[in-house]
Amino acid sequence: MIPSAFDYHSPGTLQEAIALLQQHGDEAKVLSGGQSLLPLLKLRLGYATQLVDIGRIAGLEYIKEEGGQLKIGGATTEAALDRSDLVRSKYPLLHDTTVVIADPLVRNRATVGGNLAHGDPANDHPATMLALGATVVATGPNGTRSIAITEFFKGLFTTALEPDEILTEIQIPVPPPNSGGAYLKLERKVGDYATAAAAAQVTLGSGGEIVSAGLALTNAGPKPIRASNAEAYLVGKTPDETTIAEAARLAAESTSPTPDRRGSVEYKQAMARVLMGRAITKAVDRAGGQ
Amino acid sequence: MAKHSITMTINGTEHSAEVDSRLLLVHLLRDELRLTGTHIGCDTTHCGACTVLIDGEPMKSCTVLAVQADGRQVKTVEGLADNGNLHPLQEGFWEEHGLQCGYCTPGMLMTSYALLQRNSDPSELDIREAISGNLCRCTGYVNIIKSVRYAAEKMQQGEGDAS
Repeated sequence: MIPSAFDYHSPGTLQEAIALLQQHGDEAKVLSGGQSLLPLLKLRLGYATQLVDIGRIAGLEYIKEEGGQLKIGGATTEAALDRSDLVRSKYPLLHDTTVVIADPLVRNRATVGGNLAHGDPANDHPATMLALGATVVATGPNGTRSIAITEFFKGLFTTALEPDEILTEIQIPVPPPNSGGAYLKLERKVGDYATAAAAAQVTLGSGGEIVSAGLALTNAGPKPIRASNAEAYLVGKTPDETTIAEAARLAAESTSPTPDRRGSVEYKQAMARVLMGRAITKAVDRAGGQ
Repeated sequence: MAKHSITMTINGTEHSAEVDSRLLLVHLLRDELRLTGTHIGCDTTHCGACTVLIDGEPMKSCTVLAVQADGRQVKTVEGLADNGNLHPLQEGFWEEHGLQCGYCTPGMLMTSYALLQRNSDPSELDIREAISGNLCRCTGYVNIIKSVRYAAEKMQQGEGDAS
């Protein structure tokens, strides 16, 4: 399949990239790894006459802790996240997520920034970033601005990014001691979007009780879903079979999945509940709890 | 729409071309350069038949623009054999019956090649994970895994002989 004709630009700096976006407005799309955008253009489900490739801009690929935050450059590949010792050792939720995105070949090109900026509720990082309480940094003509992840997803394929802004960094608070996270995904085959998937991040107090919880779900509605009710319920509770089951039930209640070949609404909600229960259990276990 | 002058090194040889923005790398390889060892399978980023190495990493060339590969090192299945001598992976696929129809084989070989560069002694699980983006509809994968193990062992022996 061959996409409709477009012009391709490969700016060497962010400033040039933003100038191109300003010049072309709605006709332009940012090309990063291209693993979502190019299939859309090939299938002609998406349209752009100008592609601005940020793949040759230096300094957008990094993973580092700084000022109490994990900072990930927008063009960092999934493969780089997978291989990062820092991510593997301290951010198990993030590592769980990256290794179930698409397949290893796609992950060699696909970027974290692209996974978020695409605004697809079927993508995996959105739920994870909601659970981790991330902040997205956008760079535009007037410099950078920070967007809380809870304000980032506006609707199907729609984010808070302006047409002339580029997602340049993701910031995740360094988890306090006794924290753990997990991401569990049900997929029909490697590379499929989730039938259902759940992200859980918890911090335990000295008595083993949950002092903070971040819970979110993938592909369970028109936007990535933060399970706020379940989070509020869980805080202050001792995580055991009963409280985890109740949190999982509340999380599944917040979903509104669409029936398709992956399953009916009932099936998807049931899977969201089961996966959320398992994700919380695993997160608690990794946090050092029972 | 503007044409782009691009240059890339493919299997050690520099190639230059004038390409449209929308030309996919797999079409540059197959249609313009006649390197037809790289196959087009699903054309939707699922099957991995079109896998080539770009700067050493296996990627799906149906989902990369030719212009994105400008200045890069590309390796295709044609670059595996050395003066007509099969690469240990190709020998492994031959000896262990790692292919039936052969359609997925170029992609399987390139992904496996990259795996062995990174991990000279991969376990069955390592191999299964590495090739999880390459679909085969004939073998059930068992013989592909044996083929990659054959190559790993042969390459390790080769290193031993040389030292």
